[in-house]
This record gives sequence, C-alpha cells and structure tokens, in this order.
Amino acid sequence: MAAIEILDLEKTYRIGFWHSRQKLALRPLRLTIEQGEVFGFLGPNGAGKTTTLKLLMGLVPPTAGTARILGMEIDDPRVKAQIGFLPEQPYFYDHLTARELLTYYAQLSGVPAKERSARVAAMLQQVGLVESAGVQLRKYSKGMLQRVGLAQAVLHNPKVVFLDEPMSGLDPMGRREVRELIQQLRSEGKTVFFSTHILSDAEALCDRVAVIHGGELQGVGAVAELTPQSQGKVEIIFCAPSVPAALTSMAIEARVSGDMVNAVIQQGQQEEVLDILHRERIRLISLTPVRSSLEEYYVEKLRPKESGKGAGA
Amino acid sequence: MKSRIAFVAFNTFREAVRDRVLYNLIAFALLISAAAILVGEISIDVERLVVINLGLTAVSLFGVVIAIFIGIGLVSKEIDKKTLYTVLSRPVRRWEFVVGKFFGLTGTLVVNTFFMAIGVFLALLYVARHFEKADLPVLAALYFIVLEFFVVCALALFFSSFSTPIMSALFTFALFAVGSLSDELRGFARMATGLKGALMTVCAYVVPNFSAFNIINQAAHGDGVPGRLILYNTLYALLYSTIAISGAVLIFQRRNLK
Ligand SMILES: Nc1ncnc2c1ncn2[C@@H]1O[C@H](COP(=O)(O)OP(=O)(O)O)[C@@H](O)[C@H]1O
Ligand SMILES: [Mg+2]
Repeated sequence: MAAIEILDLEKTYRIGFWHSRQKLALRPLRLTIEQGEVFGFLGPNGAGKTTTLKLLMGLVPPTAGTARILGMEIDDPRVKAQIGFLPEQPYFYDHLTARELLTYYAQLSGVPAKERSARVAAMLQQVGLVESAGVQLRKYSKGMLQRVGLAQAVLHNPKVVFLDEPMSGLDPMGRREVRELIQQLRSEGKTVFFSTHILSDAEALCDRVAVIHGGELQGVGAVAELTPQSQGKVEIIFCAPSVPAALTSMAIEARVSGDMVNAVIQQGQQEEVLDILHRERIRLISLTPVRSSLEEYYVEKLRPKESGKGAGA
Repeated sequence: MKSRIAFVAFNTFREAVRDRVLYNLIAFALLISAAAILVGEISIDVERLVVINLGLTAVSLFGVVIAIFIGIGLVSKEIDKKTLYTVLSRPVRRWEFVVGKFFGLTGTLVVNTFFMAIGVFLALLYVARHFEKADLPVLAALYFIVLEFFVVCALALFFSSFSTPIMSALFTFALFAVGSLSDELRGFARMATGLKGALMTVCAYVVPNFSAFNIINQAAHGDGVPGRLILYNTLYALLYSTIAISGAVLIFQRRNLK
C-alpha cells in the first residue's frame, strides 16, 4: 500500500465577485509516494505546491480527481488521525502559550488524556521550546512559530507528514534544525512529503522529488536519476559576526544573517576554507554538498515556460 | 465527537476571556450601581421598576453587542488568519468546529450574564432592602435574554459564513432591531391585504421573534410568567438557532479555505 496516491487531482479556482473568472492552479496531477519515503515537491512560487497540499488536507475541494492516503480516501475521517500538516507561514492562536496550543491540538487529534502532557512535554523538548513554553504565542518570533508548527505537525505521532515550505524564512540554524527533524522522521520510518522552492534542501533530504511549474508536473524521480552526477559545490555555514577577510580575499560570496554566515564554495576550496575557519577559531555549523545539476535541470525545465508566459502577458 | 466540540468550545471561551471580553462587566457594574444609588435618592416606590427595567435592558444590550461582534468573527477570523488549517487537518469535522465555536461564544455569554444577574440582584437588594416573591420573574426574564443571545449568535455565525464581517454585523443588527418589533410587524401584516399582506406575513414570521423574549417590563411589575411561554420560547430559540447554524455549516462545508 502506498503512503500517498494522487489520482488526477486538479483545481481551478473561481474568482471575482460572481465567481465567474477561472484561475487554473493545478492541472491533473498523478503521483505515488511510497511509505517511508522523504519526497520533495519542488517548484517556484505560484507553481501549485500549496494548492496540492490543501487539496490533500481537504482544505479546498478538488475540481476533479481524488487521492488516497494509506489506502483511504482523503475525505475518510480516519485519515486525519494518521497525518500531520505544517502549513506555509503558519499562524496559530496567539492568545495561547505553546504548551496550551499543543495540548489543544493533542486533544483534537485524539491523543488519550493520560498521554497528553507527556507527549506535549516531549515535543517542546524536541523543538527546543521548553523555556518559552509558558509564553503566549503573540510574543514568539517567526523562527519560534515555525518550531511550534513542526511540533504540532508530529505531535500525535502521524504516519505521513506534510510540510509546506518548512525551511522558508528561517535562518541557517533554523534550516538545519528542520533538516535534522526530517532526517529523524525518516529514521522513524515515517513518510514525509514536503514542498520547497529551495533546491539544496530537496537535494540534501529527498529520496525522490517531483518538479512542478505552472500547475503542471515537469518530472519526477530520484535526484540522481533526474540529474547526471554533480560537479560539486559545497554549502558551508558557520558562526561569525561578519565574513572573515581571508574568505573575501578568495572571492567567495557569503551571506550574513544574524551571527551566522552562509557561503557556497567549490569543492576544491573546501580544505582551504576549513583551515581558515580553524585558524580563526570559528565554529563550523554545517557543510553540505550542493549538486548544482538539479538546479540546472530545474532552470532548463522551467525557463521556456517563464519566457512564454512573459511574451503572452 | 462530543469531546472535540467541547475542546473547540473551551478554546473559544478562553480566547474571549483573554481578549478581555469580560471587561464589559466593569462598565455594567458602574452603570447598575450608579442607577441604584440615584433612584434610591429620588423616589420611593419606583426604584424596583427602574432598577429591573434598566438592569435587564443593559444585560440584553451588552450581550447582544458582544454576540454580534464576536459572532461575526468566530469562523471568518479563523479562515482569514489561517488558524483553521491546523485544526481541520485533524480529525475535526467542519460542522463540529462550527458548533464548538457557537457553544464557546454562548458559554461566554452565559458566564457574562451570570455575573450581570448578580449585579442586578444586588442593586435590587440595595433599593428594596429585601427579596420578595415578585423578584422571581426577573430570573425568567434573564433566561429569555440568554435565549435571545443564542439566536443572535447563530444569526451572526450564519451571515458571516458568506458575507464580510461588516455586512454580517449590519445584517444581524438589522434583524435584531426588526425582530424586536416583530409583534408590531405581525399586527401590520394582519391589517394589510392581498399580495402585500401575504408578503408582510411571511416576513413577520421569518424574522426572529425577539419581542417574545422580552418580558422585561412584566418582570419589573412582578407579573408571573406562564410555564407555557417558557416552553415555547425555549423550543423557538432552539429551532431558530439550529436552522441558522445548519445553514452556516452547509455554506462553510463547501468553502475553499484561502
Ligand atoms: N484562493 C485562491 N484563489 C485564486 N487563485 C489562487 C488561490 N490560491 C492559489 N491561487 C493561484 O493558484 C496558483 C498556485 O498557487 P499556490 O498553490 O499557492 O503556489 P505555490 O504554493 O507553489 O507557491 C497561483 O497562481 C495562485 O495565484
Ligand atoms: Mg506555497
């Protein structure tokens, strides 16, 4: 039994005061995701990723088509107990504290009363919100809200987890934590379906990816399958208030956000850069190979569309 | 099913409390004490009449305003702020959510009215120095006011399921105003004839009959309340709210959550 079977799901929104105009958001989509897979749903903004997730969650009714999760039709109420969902830019009841919110969601998900508080405490621990668990969410930063969002998505121990752009808007540290969480879900044997427009995230995590653009599926397969072997680049993240001069002199482009620096370097430069960081006693956060080839695939697939659209408009 | 409705209702109540809805009680307390003290000074026999009339009218108006202003946002605010996404992706059906929100708000109003009722009775004690049997109808009047809140909440919820908050507030308030005059409306309908008469009759009976819930004046005069009226009003409020809530659910069921 597949974890997720999307059977020609499609969506056309009706807009305008009389609902007379149509906006195509998703062309008939057919996809199967196996249990235990980490599946990336890739596409630029407006591609139809959120629409697909909302259809799967039953938040918007499809224009046509159906989908099954763990063999059950998505409108079967039993499905909801088996899935977790992190919406894009989640917003929660800001009059509640993180602990109250998670308790409320545990109640709604049918977590037995005896297990609730232990479950909530464990989740707060896992996403690192123990200290602020008693603070109302209106005082939370965006990164903290995203952690609450992740916690509520896996709180009730679902078998299939849907995450809509889980890393967008996070600092490098936050992104790394999300990656770790997804890795952990994988090791627990859960199925993860996440959307992103950031290629490196998909490359680092996914067993398979689907690329979608203009509401239309462009391709699906293992990252290696979609793309020939990479000519390596490496994304490096480290703790420093600014870019060390030694790196700037190597003509390395780096982005500073907070006390974190994020740079993409050639594999050949890796040794040298690590030496510099070591010498200057800079703490390394992560080092991830970036296969630029998926990016090339993506760009190649999507370019004709963009220009076609531009000419038509 | 029941427990999920209760969880949603409790969360709605908690939100109302934390949004300081119950602070209206302060204004109410000031109003009722000022009234009690003032009438205590000026007159001899009409204090009971004034305190009950003014007190119960204030209970009703304060509550109706809360019912409308929170009622129109109960579901629409959750759609706008997208807090619904993480609720409806759980084993919560849309109708359970709507019903839970409804009971959360009516529960808040019941608690609010309870405290206001205490205020009214304290004021009554202050001006009359003792309770008497003639005070009992005040309890019935308060019960009818709570029934009125149920209907107003249901209407606000119904209108907000398909129109903007401002329009919903206007519609609900208009229906409340017209419904408070529905005795007069029915009278006019009886006098008119032909098509106009038929239309007016239909209108007069579709509009919620809020005047039936208003026994404030009788209560102030200490008139007894027939048991049959209590039964009829209870059934009427139940039926009317159920229909309005069902309408809201039917519309909400089909909605895209943007
Ligand atoms: N509620 C809506 N009404 C009308 N059009 C919508 C609505 N939601 C999304 N769309 C349109 O559908 C397309 C896909 O959007 P979306 O699924 O949000 O893309 P993505 O998540 O990939 O950025 C976009 O063109 C968007 O404008
Ligand atoms: Mg999106």
